[in-house]
Amino acid sequence: MHRRQTISVLVNDMPGVLQRVAGLFGRRGFNIESITVGASEEPGLSRMVIVTVGDQAMVEQIQKQLYKLIDVIKVVELVQETTVSRELALIQVRVDAAQRSELLAAVDVFRAAIVDVAPSSMMIQVVGEPSKIDALIRLLSPYGIVQQARTGVTAMMRGMAKT
Amino acid sequence: MSKPKAASSSLDAPALRQQWLQPDVLSGSEILLRSLLLEGVDCVFGYPGGAVLYIYDAMHNNPDFRHLLTRHEQGAIHAADGYARATGKVGVCIATSGPGATNLVTGIATAFMDSVPLVVITGNVPTTMIGTDAFQEADITGITMPITKHNVLVRDVRDLARTIREAFHIANTGRKGPVLIDIPKDVSAAATTFHYPEHISIRGYAPTTLPNKNQIHKLVQAIGEAEKPVILAGGGVVYAGAHEQLLEFVEKAHIPVTTTLLGLGGFPSAHPLWMGMPGMHGTWTANMALQNCDLLIGIGARFDDRVTMKLSKFAPKAKIAHIDVDPAEIGKNVPTAIPCVGDVLHVLKALNKKVKRAPSHAWVETIAQWKKEQPLRYEDSETELKPQWVLQHMMETTNGDAFVTTDVGQHQMWAAQYYLFNKPRRWISSGGLGTMGFGFPSAIGVQIAHPNDIVISINGDGGMQMCAQELAICAIHKIPVKIAVINNRVLGMVRQWQEIIYAERYSHIDLEGSPDFVLLAEAYGVPGFRATNKAEARVAWAKALATPGPALVDFVVPRDENVYPMVQAGSAIDEMIMGDER
Ligand SMILES: Cc1ncc(C[n+]2csc(CCOP(=O)(O)OP(=O)(O)O)c2C)c(N)n1
Repeated sequence: MHRRQTISVLVNDMPGVLQRVAGLFGRRGFNIESITVGASEEPGLSRMVIVTVGDQAMVEQIQKQLYKLIDVIKVVELVQETTVSRELALIQVRVDAAQRSELLAAVDVFRAAIVDVAPSSMMIQVVGEPSKIDALIRLLSPYGIVQQARTGVTAMMRGMAKT
Repeated sequence: MSKPKAASSSLDAPALRQQWLQPDVLSGSEILLRSLLLEGVDCVFGYPGGAVLYIYDAMHNNPDFRHLLTRHEQGAIHAADGYARATGKVGVCIATSGPGATNLVTGIATAFMDSVPLVVITGNVPTTMIGTDAFQEADITGITMPITKHNVLVRDVRDLARTIREAFHIANTGRKGPVLIDIPKDVSAAATTFHYPEHISIRGYAPTTLPNKNQIHKLVQAIGEAEKPVILAGGGVVYAGAHEQLLEFVEKAHIPVTTTLLGLGGFPSAHPLWMGMPGMHGTWTANMALQNCDLLIGIGARFDDRVTMKLSKFAPKAKIAHIDVDPAEIGKNVPTAIPCVGDVLHVLKALNKKVKRAPSHAWVETIAQWKKEQPLRYEDSETELKPQWVLQHMMETTNGDAFVTTDVGQHQMWAAQYYLFNKPRRWISSGGLGTMGFGFPSAIGVQIAHPNDIVISINGDGGMQMCAQELAICAIHKIPVKIAVINNRVLGMVRQWQEIIYAERYSHIDLEGSPDFVLLAEAYGVPGFRATNKAEARVAWAKALATPGPALVDFVVPRDENVYPMVQAGSAIDEMIMGDER
């Protein structure tokens, strides 16, 4: 059964690490839906969060293959039920003066923020689960989306479980 | 054989070591040489160029350091590979940046596919020029990422000694493999105080060596119930030095064994429980045993597609147990009931303490029967020289005790079938990548490691032309490799596929225009002999063996001989063509 799986990978903060991980996915035919990387709580280590789609066997292979990379320190599969997943998106929408208040209401419902206003457009910043961002994009598309940029998912397990 | 050897070696080994460990201020190049010496490297294979000139300059006044100049970087890396396979030590080669480094790529991939420990040193342009498309710049760490176990671009001379120490550790522990160290020219020139770390710990790198007790217990239990068990032993047995433990295990548990191409020699072929090689050109018995077994124990073997052939039809009745040092191999190709991660040596030791004889008596008899009814066979001839006979003759004349390297193609399969080994590390062949050009230079590395043993290099007339330039090395250093060319004047294995699978549509397989191999050898100063029938073959081969230095024998064999049994791609391994169906 194919499912969306999120994997958290602790790696050495070294040149080329992202290339090693992305290359591994590419050459073994593993799918990457999104990949994010940034500093972890420990100096010298980065944390990557990778969202992939595959069956259980594939996700197991992904984890084992990741472990074979010398710069990979730890690999944890994040279980959906106990994981907080967040993504940030910036969405620039075409909007004239008449539509502004209507749009502001929608933005409010999504607890999004207006981060830039221009004469004929607005930039909206939204944070949440990817599905929430999808929903906002659907809502905004009738206005005309000029540009959008999404960060990809970062995620963490709830409670004290350290990944 | 001449050995350009240490002039300063009035010192004994421990005293030399102490001298090498001194915290002197050294250049990166000197650090490299000292570190290699401290790792016990006794010969490096290489080829100079601009980016490694500081390193070669450092060699100029280091009498302890032995370097062999090959005639092509590919020759250097295959030689290092042969050295490593024949010894279990890490093989080392050096090349310059750009084209030197890219010439190593095939050799790196060859070693990677077969889990051979190498440390590959490349030069690069100075750090200040990296990324500018400088003269002879190539992103060799980027290029080799998918074909190395690990690689490192050293940007600071202070990291160099530790990087080398770690590279040797990574290359030769866990699942072994090549590690590349890329050294920019300014790093090899810069100086720092030498410190060679005694201990290293690489965070996150801790290969599992000891097996899980539970899995051992499960496996012991499964063996106790198995009426038709089979062991599939691979290169992992040889690499782990576990051949004696395998023998003990087999005899205690009473289980027939098949050894993969890379596993040949991991189990004595003279043993009654040995079934030969499995797979595409495997024996009838090995393939039938795999298809009919109820318990299949893979040991240091990765269920490669040339072994399993059609995966969905492979070993359909078997419960599969898999012992491997690499957890990623378990479950990768075949569903595994009993996974056993660990160093094959330790796993077998643990098993040998517990294992009881399997109820396999009737099965072992069936297998003995198959072996008798369906041996490997070929139609011999008194007029033509059959390649299989040549291989048998080589075995008989060397008591099955030579080191044998092969190239890739039909001759490789005949060697695997007809030269039978009783000891590990004597069989050296590119299995995973199937690299033509490997057979001859790898033998040079083997002979460097074992100067007093007989080393035979078996090549096709195609592959012989892929690294023939290394004849020079044999000649000038009197490296006494016995080079055999199994000369069928075609790309034989391709011809065989075109005959059988492509309805005799022979496309670009004719090697017309090949040199006279005897004259070619002699052009380099290597004695050459030719044989076109058995009588000539006996004489030529005896002369080659009696030659103190290298010698080449051109065995002229028929064009159209095929390797049998053969399982076609897409078939199950018991769907064998035996070649003598009428
Ligand atoms: C570098 C490389 N190129 C191509 C091949 C494909 N290939 C496999 S066997 C073979 C024929 C080899 O011919 P020869 O060396 O004459 O040996 P023979 O099969 O005749 O014994 C070829 C071309 C290969 N394995 N390696």
